[in-house]
Amino acid sequence: MKVGIVCPYSWDMPGGVKQHIDDLAQALIAQRHDVSVIAPAADDEELPPYVTGAGRAIPVPYNGSVARMSFGFISAARVRRWVRDGGFDVLHIHEPLVPSLGVLACWAAKGPIVATFHASWTRSRAIAVAEPLLRSALEKLSGRIAVSDAARKSLVEQFGGDTVLIPNGVTVSRYSDAEPLDGWGPDGATLGFLGRMDEERKGLPILLDAFAQLAPERPDLKLLVAGPGDAKDVHDRLPKGVRDRVTVLGMVSEADKIRAYHSVDVFCAPNTRGESFGIVLAEAMASGATVLASDIPAFRKVLGEGQAGALFSNGDPASLAREAAALLDAPERRAKLAEEALVAVGKYDWSTVARDVVRVYETVTASGAGRVEEDL
Amino acid sequence: MSPLIIALIAGIVVVLTAVYISWRAGRLDRLHIRLELAQEALDAALMRRRAVVLELAGSRLLDPATSLVLAAAAHEARMSGPEEREHAESDLSGALRAAVDQERFREKLAESPGGQELLEELDGAVTKVVYSRRFYNNAVGVTRTAQRRWLARVLRLAGHTEYPQFFEIDDNPPVSMATE
Repeated sequence: MKVGIVCPYSWDMPGGVKQHIDDLAQALIAQRHDVSVIAPAADDEELPPYVTGAGRAIPVPYNGSVARMSFGFISAARVRRWVRDGGFDVLHIHEPLVPSLGVLACWAAKGPIVATFHASWTRSRAIAVAEPLLRSALEKLSGRIAVSDAARKSLVEQFGGDTVLIPNGVTVSRYSDAEPLDGWGPDGATLGFLGRMDEERKGLPILLDAFAQLAPERPDLKLLVAGPGDAKDVHDRLPKGVRDRVTVLGMVSEADKIRAYHSVDVFCAPNTRGESFGIVLAEAMASGATVLASDIPAFRKVLGEGQAGALFSNGDPASLAREAAALLDAPERRAKLAEEALVAVGKYDWSTVARDVVRVYETVTASGAGRVEEDL
Repeated sequence: MSPLIIALIAGIVVVLTAVYISWRAGRLDRLHIRLELAQEALDAALMRRRAVVLELAGSRLLDPATSLVLAAAAHEARMSGPEEREHAESDLSGALRAAVDQERFREKLAESPGGQELLEELDGAVTKVVYSRRFYNNAVGVTRTAQRRWLARVLRLAGHTEYPQFFEIDDNPPVSMATE
């Protein structure tokens, strides 16, 4: 299938949407689809062979943040030419509500067009003002995909209709090889946590309480905490004697995040609710970590009811402490669980996610819808 | 104001109105095309699902009782008239869940020769029913809104096309299949 993908944000800036598009494009190419991506990029920039530059990106404030986007006559003309010459079976626009290449492509093309919505927003002034304009662009979409429940909800609340949900994938191979962080390493006594520290539903307080219970009887037990938040809040929750055994890294880079997964014996996911799909859990599994997670439905499913990782009673520090202790004392069980986890996470690998995206393509092109053409 | 200028202004107003109306009519026309394509895609997806279920039921890979449940549901869905269609397709979703969510159903089927391929076909067919129905109902929603606008009603821009109906069924996939 010949697929044209439109990226709204500058190709040279790391970001979630750009990463998603690159992963998707590579997964589609691996499945022998013919993919062309158009993205904002300067003419002298080095791009992968499947990416076409649409001109330099300009930083613009939009909907509460500053993003690097392309628009204007030159970009519009380039998008139009790319659509006309592409001969695509399907056009896949990302973030069509962002004033960048997505809107331009929606305007310049007709035929089978699908769009993926990434961002969630609360009823926004910017979008409300432009609503009639955006509405006519949305009318052209034959299929709509949301990457999360939050993104789906934002779209449906403001514009009505419905979307299908296809979550982000994890590129398993990216996580499998990494060195532990300096001075760390699985030593049979290290627990780990990753996520927002100050967000209650991520469950860090439950883990801290469990740690306080375990620490006195296990003198070499350590805890590594990574993610945005205030280290002081974490230490304040712990009894004085054990504070120096909890290391708070704060925000970490993508590379250090992967190294952190490789630095622990048991990765804990004490989330109390939400998490329609635990991306953090999937990343830890892809890294080969042994996982101990709360028994909320989403996690039970990802972990195959305990086959691919241990579970504890949601919200119960004593249960978490008990399970963690049992895991730390059983290296063979840890290895077995990690091995199973690597198999189970395959379901969330990009190759699987891309298959669902292809099903969307097949649905909108099923009935002789013709090709994508220039809309004059 | 001279009669010439009045005539000129009137002429411009007429032309602009005509352009606007034809733009609206074109937009509505495009929505009707999209709706028709979405309808065809939905019909194709439902047909495909019935066919895969019948194939699974007739494959001799399942126990006879499960085969019978699936075959009966798929057959009902195929024979149903327009009135019972939503019911029959929902029942087929229910029968599929009952069959596929049996303990170790997928593992057992995957071990049989040809079973893995059938499972993949089934996954694809079930997912595409979910996708095509969402897309169809979306198309119904926007087309309805466009048809209801006063200009479209007064000038009968929709012509003789019917007021489109949503397709409401239970299409929840088996638990062991859903990645959502």
